Amino acid sequence: MLLIKPAIKNILGGGIRTWLNMAVLSFTFVLIVLYNGITDGWVQESRRETIQWDTGYGQLWHPDYERYDVFSIQDAHGIIPAELQPVLTARTYTPILVSQGVIYPQGRLQNVLLKGIDPDQSILNIPSGKLKSSGNEIVVLIGKRMAQAAKLKKGDRVMVRWRDRNGAFDAREVLVSEVFDTKVASIDGGQLWFNLEDLRKLTSMPNEATYLVRSGNGPVVSDVEGWHYKDLKFLLADLDMMLKGERVEMAIIFTVLLSIGLLALFDTQVLSIFRRQKEIGTYIALGMTPQRVAGLFTLEGTSYSILGILFGALWGTPLLIWFARAGISMPEMDDMGIAIGNELYPVYEPSSILLNIFIIVSLSALISYLPSRKIAKQNVVYALKGKIS
Amino acid sequence: MEPQTVIKLLSIVKRFPEGEGFFTALNNISLSVNKGEFVGLVGPSGSGKTTLLNIIGSLDIPSEGDAVVMGQSVSRLNAKESAYLRNKHIGFIFQSYNLLPVYSVFENIEFALLLQKIPANQRRKAVMEALEWVGLTNKAKSRPAQLSGGECQRVAIARAMVKRPSIVLADEPSANLDAANSHHILQTMQKLNQELNTTFLFATHDEKVMQYMKRIVYLKDGVVEKDVLLV
Repeated sequence: MLLIKPAIKNILGGGIRTWLNMAVLSFTFVLIVLYNGITDGWVQESRRETIQWDTGYGQLWHPDYERYDVFSIQDAHGIIPAELQPVLTARTYTPILVSQGVIYPQGRLQNVLLKGIDPDQSILNIPSGKLKSSGNEIVVLIGKRMAQAAKLKKGDRVMVRWRDRNGAFDAREVLVSEVFDTKVASIDGGQLWFNLEDLRKLTSMPNEATYLVRSGNGPVVSDVEGWHYKDLKFLLADLDMMLKGERVEMAIIFTVLLSIGLLALFDTQVLSIFRRQKEIGTYIALGMTPQRVAGLFTLEGTSYSILGILFGALWGTPLLIWFARAGISMPEMDDMGIAIGNELYPVYEPSSILLNIFIIVSLSALISYLPSRKIAKQNVVYALKGKIS
Repeated sequence: MEPQTVIKLLSIVKRFPEGEGFFTALNNISLSVNKGEFVGLVGPSGSGKTTLLNIIGSLDIPSEGDAVVMGQSVSRLNAKESAYLRNKHIGFIFQSYNLLPVYSVFENIEFALLLQKIPANQRRKAVMEALEWVGLTNKAKSRPAQLSGGECQRVAIARAMVKRPSIVLADEPSANLDAANSHHILQTMQKLNQELNTTFLFATHDEKVMQYMKRIVYLKDGVVEKDVLLV
């Protein structure tokens, strides 16, 4: 407690030196919080969007289905076990049938996945209601990425060719009833979404599905007749790994930003100890131990970071709130496979901010202590004369 | 009644490294100073006055011999004990005042009491009393930069005296002052010596200062040349 008053006095008496340090540290702090917020916002949005558009809260896979093995798709379909009928009736699970096919937009050939979805499902955000057709026309949904790649738009017709369950080729023209906009590329690129019953008919796979998607309030069903349950941890593993890489990148930027701030602090401390030799000698002559004087200088250095954080909170809070509300424009990142919108809204987690404050203050204390510890080894007689020993 | 010895120097030798050898600043100094004495350490530059004050003030230790201050051997004190001795029993007055620049006059004087953890109301009373001694009550809120040299030295005296130390060590206290200011501060110290029975030990080579001393110890080349009792 005794050191706090002189430390505050010295900081306030530091003039421009204090303001410069505070400015650098507050800028560093605000940038770190913003960057953390961007990453947290990105992580949360990516997970949320992927769950809402692609994975649901879990999936039940056909025994032969393997998401990453395109060759598994041909055999990865089967009649949904009777035991699962109650969850389908309750609409807590919705079936998806996957098959392979080819489309011929403007005479070009393009391999696609044909996916059948129940038009009445409400588990995924895919606008499946648009698949309810009237008459003999078969309608499909495509995402905007697929529309761009195939140069298709709403109302266009395109020739689709596929093989049924017996391997026989068949083809017919389908109508693009809607082009939906999603941030989740994994349900968009190279995919045609059919009414489930239409696809079942086209492929001669009545009552069959490739996997079932669980809603948030659906029960977790353990393996049934070989159909195995995949939880979110498994389904989001790729995304989590990608975001983990992003965390590493964030840690590097955090280190660089913090190093700039701490370098300024270290510089001030070294200069301060060099310039304030006489003061150091006087403190010791008045009855402070050299260790206590070192403590005083360490406290001064640490206080810069605390003041910097407070100053940063003062001017940074309105700015950070504005970013969180207005969002930050992001470039197109379709190829990355991460669900991310054109606007990214930073999310500031209190725990993350507190951790940042703890790290900044702790490192400031360490950086302040390193030059200050030399005080304990100084020759007091020299210091009193303002000389470095 | 037997006078109380507050400083006892026993065959003090102090050497400093110089080139490949050593320079002997103090050579076999033995001396006793009693409570309430007003002593001048007099000698030319390099005679060892400041070195001797530093050893007595526990800011330095002798290479040989021992200095016993307030009954404690300075050579045997650790950093904490040494700091306690300075804080409790010794007041320092420096040639260049050594006031803390960001503190007001009041805070400079108060600092020594803060280290002794004296309650705020007692501190305030003691500081105002010290300011009265040196005639600077109207400058309590001023910063050292706003004071003249004489005023700064008076603040330094108040800072040294506020904790009522047993010993005050003054290193060339009038070196940066004109004759009038020198006279004023020496008179102040003389008055405090008489009123509070504080022991004063001056290092000086100023003829004007010597006339205030009750005892003068002449140093030359690190050796006591003469020890003269004037009163």
